[in-house]
Amino acid sequence: MLTEKVALVTGASRGIGRAIALELAKEGADIVVNYAGNKERAEEVVKEIEEMGRKAISIQADVSDEISVKKMIKDTIKEFNRLDILVNNAGITKDNLIMRMKEKDFDDVINTNLKGVFLCTKAVSRQMMKQRYGRIINMASIVGVSGNPGQANYVAAKAGVIGLTKSTAKELASRNILVNAVAPGFISTDMTAELTNEQKEAMLKMIPLAKLGQPEDIARVVRFLASDDSSYMTGQTLHVDGGMVM
Amino acid sequence: MDAIFEKVKEIIVDQLEAEEDKVTMEASFIDDLEADSLDVVELVMELEDEFDMEIAEEDAESIKTVGDAVNYINSNR
Repeated sequence: MLTEKVALVTGASRGIGRAIALELAKEGADIVVNYAGNKERAEEVVKEIEEMGRKAISIQADVSDEISVKKMIKDTIKEFNRLDILVNNAGITKDNLIMRMKEKDFDDVINTNLKGVFLCTKAVSRQMMKQRYGRIINMASIVGVSGNPGQANYVAAKAGVIGLTKSTAKELASRNILVNAVAPGFISTDMTAELTNEQKEAMLKMIPLAKLGQPEDIARVVRFLASDDSSYMTGQTLHVDGGMVM
Repeated sequence: MDAIFEKVKEIIVDQLEAEEDKVTMEASFIDDLEADSLDVVELVMELEDEFDMEIAEEDAESIKTVGDAVNYINSNR
């Protein structure tokens, strides 16, 4: 159970982030729903959480901007007086072959998907160190382990997240802050809906469980990492991918 | 200045579980008071809260001894 715990989920207005926010709330946590642009959908998530009897607020912030991130963490602590769980989920894609990938597409994806994790982690570490308690869960991706054509920027960022997870885990372990990553495979969300049928069919052939994952499949693993059931684990990356990469 | 030293000393004893008589102006956090680098970061955070000030990261890096901390607080408060 996560009763009396406060969790901040970045990119929580839809997809995997939304499922994570709802799952943690179901376990009893109060939730900060971070979003970049879609206030309406973030508010819907807030409402769903409130209907479960938990507290929730939405905060707009661009995770790639340090000032914006600092303000979000400050506002979170002002509202809830603590912060126990950070789920670094916010992410974007700007896919293209390396030959055609623009420098800006590379930078944008690195800034949101990798630097964003660093900035949010840095901003919460003070509070978590003081509490002598914290759980940081980073959304990596299975392609960060395996590579994927057309996603050099995304893959580089996600592989970076796995390394960042390990370093942060080592730095903060002595303060009882556990840092782990989840590497989702092919999950049915708006992000994967953009893939072509050809890409989808090719991916399904590589999945031993022969189906797409659902956002809830990821959310339940995040719930495990956020709970005391995983209290002897840190620095790990859990593959939740139907067996795609072993 | 003495008041600041006494307060800083109190925080160090508490935070680093250091022996009181080892906490002198010359004492280095890492070499004399058995702190590690994360302890020093944490100590600076505690000093910021106690003295209600913000210590810039560049400045924090130059705080290595008890005296460095006391002098910094004394001249920036």
